[in-house]
Amino acid sequence: MTVQAQQTASPVELPGPDARRGSALGDIWVVARRGLIHMRRQPEALADATVQPVMFVLLFAYVFGGAIAVPGGGDYKEFLMGGIFAQTIVFGGSFGVAVGIASDRSNGAMDRFRSLPIARSAVLGGHALANLIKVILPMILMSVCGLIVGWRINTGILEAAAGYALLLLFAFAMIWVGVLLGSMLSSPEAVQGVAFVAIFPLTFIASTFVPTSTLPGVLRTFAEWNPVSTLADSLRSLFGNPAGVVPPGSSWPLEHPILYTLIASVLVIGVCAPLAIHVFRRSIAD
Amino acid sequence: MSTTNTIEAHGLRKHYGETTALDGVDLAVPARSVCALLGPNGAGKTTAVRILTTLSKADGGSATVAGFDVATEPGQVRRRLGLAAQDATVDGLLTGRENLTMIGEMHHLGRRVARRRGEELLEQFSLVEAGDKLAREYSGGMRRRLDLAATLVVRPEVLFLDEPTTGLDPRARNELWAVLDTLVDEGATVLLTTQYLEEAERLAREIMVIDHGRVIASGDARQLKREVGGDQLLIVPADPAELSRAAAILERVAGTRASVDPATRRVTAPAESGVAAIASVASELEASGIRVEDLGVHQPTLDDVFLTLTGAPVAPPESADSPAPEEALR
Repeated sequence: MTVQAQQTASPVELPGPDARRGSALGDIWVVARRGLIHMRRQPEALADATVQPVMFVLLFAYVFGGAIAVPGGGDYKEFLMGGIFAQTIVFGGSFGVAVGIASDRSNGAMDRFRSLPIARSAVLGGHALANLIKVILPMILMSVCGLIVGWRINTGILEAAAGYALLLLFAFAMIWVGVLLGSMLSSPEAVQGVAFVAIFPLTFIASTFVPTSTLPGVLRTFAEWNPVSTLADSLRSLFGNPAGVVPPGSSWPLEHPILYTLIASVLVIGVCAPLAIHVFRRSIAD
Repeated sequence: MSTTNTIEAHGLRKHYGETTALDGVDLAVPARSVCALLGPNGAGKTTAVRILTTLSKADGGSATVAGFDVATEPGQVRRRLGLAAQDATVDGLLTGRENLTMIGEMHHLGRRVARRRGEELLEQFSLVEAGDKLAREYSGGMRRRLDLAATLVVRPEVLFLDEPTTGLDPRARNELWAVLDTLVDEGATVLLTTQYLEEAERLAREIMVIDHGRVIASGDARQLKREVGGDQLLIVPADPAELSRAAAILERVAGTRASVDPATRRVTAPAESGVAAIASVASELEASGIRVEDLGVHQPTLDDVFLTLTGAPVAPPESADSPAPEEALR
């Protein structure tokens, strides 16, 4: 194999440096497309968005389902789906983006990007956008899987759409948590460790798989104020599934799950996004 | 805005905590020329490249690249430079083709032009057949070629190549050298870093020797070698007790100061014409009855340059793999 400068018919004509102008959105899309290609070529890294939710639907519906009673009656499989949706979106939103950013920071890709004339927002924006597109996959998979085990949306199309929109908003908030993690931790392996220790309990001390009324003292209070609970409850209510109705005298978040979830999402974005951008910039300086 | 030098730096300083990476470096690389920064690991070569390519900010001093200040107009500088970082940073999960197209798009060539330019580069670097393979499946030499192709996507005015041949086998290295020749013929301004005098000599007209963040010598290879004293005569006596006698013989024949390294039992001395001197050294050794394990003449290496310029060998005990072309006569 020899390296040579073969003069092809005519060299490709390129615009000069001052004629090459781009936009931040265009740059974000280029980075996002790269992220999506990465996901497609590492199916094993997509497990959190594909295998895991399907496995959890089947496990809880058939293994635990018989042992758990829904207060106020109703089918456990219908109760379960709101929780699985919420849990999967917490993982699917935060984990992948954190791993992606941590590995870009550790393998020299960040230097390559920074030596190119792309917008400052392109790298984080692109990772965030790619992961927002990615979470649509588990949302579809879970819905199909839920329909197969007997879950139904018992409300109208508007409520259903509102439910999915709320999921996406929450996913966006979780993505910024992930960006923060990926900018703070030095390697993809560290992300895995922290995500498991910090995020896993968060999704279980909630109304994900059991109603919060069954939890003891402190755990119950935590679960009631945990946005994962209110997201699950919001979905149950928007999809017309059991336990979407809360008994009077519950804590404020449980009585206003949709409003509380909205507030929590906006708060998480408002705090984590600027912080993540700050930490990210510091992590790549020098 | 208009400077005669494509790369110009004045008094660049950079500290990382307690460590001084750059301690007042001046650089001037005229347009369409090749300059090599020669130095061992940790000398400050990569730091200098990072500052000039806008990846790092200097603590002091100033620099312009293609007429733009790297600190205040990084965007303008980035449009005009190509950087091949030390560890080839091609994207392993993208194909060669996708890598080049993505870089083109990030330079805002537009997708169509970026694709065609990518195709052209694949051809130029003999990567057409591997174009649809993932870059992580490439060999080291192919990765380097792809990395170099990626730096050339917009035919930049200025190229920064940080140790472009480190980790390559000799054949891949020769291939890469040939590509660099072509680039220079086409009029690019190149700043490259290397640990090997041989490589700097092969590629660059101007060589700057850098150590502990300072430029300690500069000139073309001939000038540097003259400073070192041309060829190096080498004796390794079989018996360590003979070191000083061997040194005396070397000094007498070569007429220069010999340096003795008891640890490796090496006695070396610079000689204008090593090949002519080696016969006299051999017969003198014979006459004195000194048994030798090795006797030879070799070209100066980075170590010799350092020994001469700083009086100390290359700082960390490394570069065991440095391609010192020794022609030992046994």
